[in-house]
Amino acid sequence: MKKEKTYNQGSLPNKGRREIPRRDFFKLLGGGIIVFFLPKCANDARPLSAVPERDLTKDYNAFLQIGEDGTISCFTGKIEMGQGIVTSLVQMMADDLNVPMERIKMVMGDTDLCPWDGGTWGSMTTRHFGPSMRLAAAEARGVLLELASEKLKVPVSQLTVDDGIITDTNDPKNSVTYSQLTKGKKIEKYLDVKPSVEDYTKFTYVGKSFLRQDARLKVTGEAKFTGDIKLPGMVFARILRPPSHGAKLTSVDFSGAEKIEGTKVVRDGDLVAVLHENRDKADEALIKIKAEYLFDEMAVNDKTVFDWMLKADSAANVESSSGDLESGLKLCDKIIETEFNDPYLAHAPIETHTAMAELVGDKMTVWAATQTPYPLQDDLARELNFPLEKVRVIVPFVGGAFGGKSAYQQGIEAAKLAKLSGKPVMVAWTRDEEFFYDNFHPAGVIKVKSGIDKSGMIKLWDYSAYYCGTRGAEILYDVPNTRITDYSGKENAPAVHPFDTGPWRAPNNNTNTFAREVQIDIMAAGARIDPVEFRLKNLKNEKLIACLKAAADKFGYVPGKSPTGRGIGIALGIDVGTWVAQIAEVKVDKKTGHVQVVRVVCIQDMGLCVNPEGATLQMEGCITMGLGYALTEELIFEGGNIISRGFDSYEIPRFSWLPKIETDILQRMDEPPQGGGEPAIITVGAAVGNAIFDATGARLYRMPMTPARVLEALKKV
Amino acid sequence: MEETISFQLNGKKTDVLIDPTQTLLWVLRNQFGLTGTKYGCGMGFCGSCTILIDNEPVRSCTLPVGDVKGKKIVTIEGLEVNGRLHPVQKAFIEHDAMQCGYCTPGMIMNATGLLLKNPLPTAEEIKQGMEDNLCRCGAHKRIVEAVHTAAEEMKGGK
Repeated sequence: MKKEKTYNQGSLPNKGRREIPRRDFFKLLGGGIIVFFLPKCANDARPLSAVPERDLTKDYNAFLQIGEDGTISCFTGKIEMGQGIVTSLVQMMADDLNVPMERIKMVMGDTDLCPWDGGTWGSMTTRHFGPSMRLAAAEARGVLLELASEKLKVPVSQLTVDDGIITDTNDPKNSVTYSQLTKGKKIEKYLDVKPSVEDYTKFTYVGKSFLRQDARLKVTGEAKFTGDIKLPGMVFARILRPPSHGAKLTSVDFSGAEKIEGTKVVRDGDLVAVLHENRDKADEALIKIKAEYLFDEMAVNDKTVFDWMLKADSAANVESSSGDLESGLKLCDKIIETEFNDPYLAHAPIETHTAMAELVGDKMTVWAATQTPYPLQDDLARELNFPLEKVRVIVPFVGGAFGGKSAYQQGIEAAKLAKLSGKPVMVAWTRDEEFFYDNFHPAGVIKVKSGIDKSGMIKLWDYSAYYCGTRGAEILYDVPNTRITDYSGKENAPAVHPFDTGPWRAPNNNTNTFAREVQIDIMAAGARIDPVEFRLKNLKNEKLIACLKAAADKFGYVPGKSPTGRGIGIALGIDVGTWVAQIAEVKVDKKTGHVQVVRVVCIQDMGLCVNPEGATLQMEGCITMGLGYALTEELIFEGGNIISRGFDSYEIPRFSWLPKIETDILQRMDEPPQGGGEPAIITVGAAVGNAIFDATGARLYRMPMTPARVLEALKKV
Repeated sequence: MEETISFQLNGKKTDVLIDPTQTLLWVLRNQFGLTGTKYGCGMGFCGSCTILIDNEPVRSCTLPVGDVKGKKIVTIEGLEVNGRLHPVQKAFIEHDAMQCGYCTPGMIMNATGLLLKNPLPTAEEIKQGMEDNLCRCGAHKRIVEAVHTAAEEMKGGK
C-alpha cells in the first residue's frame, strides 16, 4: 500500500523552472528597489519527505520591494492560516524601514509573484524568515539613505528616517519621501549576509502587542477562502471515493449519475468524478454511481495497533546516549518501567481541503487551501505534464491547517478535472472526505525505563519511541545515564501505519512530552517528593527552571506530595526553540470518569516575542486545542476503514470545556525569536494526566483520557 | 420542480425561482454570492454555516431553501449597517477573537442570535449558547470575552 510519497531531487524536472528570470520582476511589479533575500536555515529545514526541496544554493527565496509609489511589499511563499504572521512580519518590517504598519503589504503564497518557499510549518516563519526579512529591510533602508544623501546633498550620517520620510538633521526642511526616491528607479540588491542578533531595544513595533491585521475582513465575511472563489462557467466536483484505504476500484457504472440533468461524469483511471454547476446536484449524482472494489486492507484496528507496532520488524536507531545504562541501574533505588500509547489524530480544520482549478490556454491556475504552494506546483507540473511556468498556485486565506494542509491531494484532483472537462472546477472535500484522507498524527508507543536513587535524583533514563518519531523526546533533566532509541519502519519494508500520517501541531512532541512528563511524575510520587520540587531538583536548564518557577508563582502553587486530592498537574517541555511550563487543575467525577479542566497556567520563553498579543493568542489556542488530544480525540478505524468521519464521532474541544487560561511570556528582547504556534500544546496531555493522578491517585498511560479509561484506572487505585 | 420563493434577505425583499429542496447554504453562497456563510461539515455539527432566520440562529447547511418562504434571513454580510460594524463584529476585532477566521462568521451570527434572546448573558450562559459552534484554532476564550463585551455595549444602546 502506498504510504509516504517520497520524491528525490533527481525526479524533478530541473531546467529553467526555479525562478522567473530576474529582469521580469520589474516587468511584473513595476520599478523601485527590490531586495532579494534567503532566510537562514532554509536548506536545513526539511519538514517531511513528502515535500520535495528545490535547490536553493543560488536562489533568493523572498524579496521586498519599495515600489515607485513608496508602497512597501514583501513577497513570500509563506501563507496565513490563522497563526498571525500577517501581523508579526509587518511589525518587523515597519521597524526596520521606519514606516507605519499600514504602509506595508504582504503578498503571500502566489507562485507567480513570490519566489520559492518550502512551506509554512514548524513555527519557522518568525524564527527563520523574520530575521532575514529584517536584514533585507535594513538593506533597503540603506539604499534609500544613499539615494537621499545624493538628492539632499548631505552625508548619510546626517540623515534621520521617520514615517518613510528622510530628513536632514541640520535642516528639517531639507527632506525627501521614500516614493520620491524610488520614482523611476530600478535597483536590485541581493542579500548574502546572515542575520545576527541585534539591538532590539530600539524597536517601535517589535515586542509590542498588535491586534490581527486581517480581523476586519474576517468578521465581515469579506475574507476570501479558496471555496469562496467564483469563476464564470465553474462546476463543482464530487469525487468517487473508495470505502476504505487499500480498496481497489474494479468496476464502475455511472449511467445513473448521467441521468441527472446537467451532470458530466469524467474519469481518469481511478479518478472518477461528477461535475455539476449546482453543488446539490453534484451530491445527488455522486450517490447514483455504482462501484465495486477489491479489498486489501491491513488486519489492524485502533485497539490492536499498539501491539502491531511493537511486533513489527523495526529498525532501531539510537538517537542519543550518555553514561552507561548498566551502571546507572546499579545506582537506582527505584526502577519504573512504563508503556505509553497515543492514538491516530485527525487535524480536523473547520475549512476542509479545498481547491479551484482553471485552465486558460496552456496555463493551469490552482487556488488551494494548502501550507505548501510550491510543492503543490511541482506535483501539478509532474501530474499534468506541464512545464512549471505553466502552473500557478495561489493560496487565499487558509481556514486552519495544523500540519494537515501540508498535503494537497485536492489541488491535484481539481487540476486534473479542470484539464479533463475544460471548465473551472471546484473541489471542496466534504467533512467525511476530510477525515478519510487526512494525513493523521501517527499513533505510537513509548517505553520508558527510568530510575531514581535514594535522594530522588534521576540516575537512569532509557527511552524508546515506536513509530511516532522523537521530536520533543529530549530528556531535559540532568540525568547521567541515558539512551533514546527511535524505532521506525525498515527501508523498503511494508508500511506499519495503515494510512498516511504527517505533521500535527507540534508533530509528535505531544506524544513524547506526555510520556516523559508522566514518567517524571511517577518518579516524583515514588520518591514522595512534591512534583515541582522533584523537577527543580533534577533540572539544570536555567530557562526551564525560570519557566517552572514563574508558572508555580503565577498559579500560587503550594507544595504537596501527589496524590494530594487537589487535582493539580505539572508538565514541562520544549518545542521549536521555545520552553514551556504548564500547570493544570482538574476536577474528576469519580462516578462517570468525566474530567473537567478548570484552570491552566502556562509560561513560555520564546526568545524575543515580536507580538505578545499574537503569541498569547497562539498559547491560548494551543491549550484549548490540546484539551482535545488529552481528553477525547482518537481516530477509530478498522483496517483501512476510517470509522470516525464526523464531529459526532470525533469530538473536538467545545466552549463548555474552556478552563480559566492564564499565560505569561518571559520576554527576552536580547535573544533571537523562537517558534510560537505550537509549543504550548505539547504539555497539555501530561499536565492533565498528572492532575488526574493528583486528584484521584489514578494513573493514565494512554491518551485520550476518556471517561471509560479514567474509570478503568480508578479501579486500580 | 422550480417555484418562486420569496423571503427577506439582509433587509431586502427577494424572490428566487428555484427548486425548493436546494440547500440554503449553497443557495446563499452560489446564487447570491454571500460566501461569508461557510461549509464546515454539511450535517449541522459545526455551526460555520449559521445564519439568522427570524432572529433565530439556524444551520443553513441542512435547511432546504423552500423552508424560508416569507422569513427574514440575515447573513454575516447583513450585520454591518451603513458601514458601521455590529457590536458583536466590533468586539470580535477588539478581543482578537479569531485565528484562521473560518468559523468566525458562524460564531458571530450565533452570538448575535444569542444576545437577541438573552441580552446580558453570564459567562456560563455564553458558553452554553455557543457550545455547538466549533472552532479548531482554540479562540474560545476570546470569543466568550467578545460576546460579553458586545452584550455590554448593546445594553448601552450604542
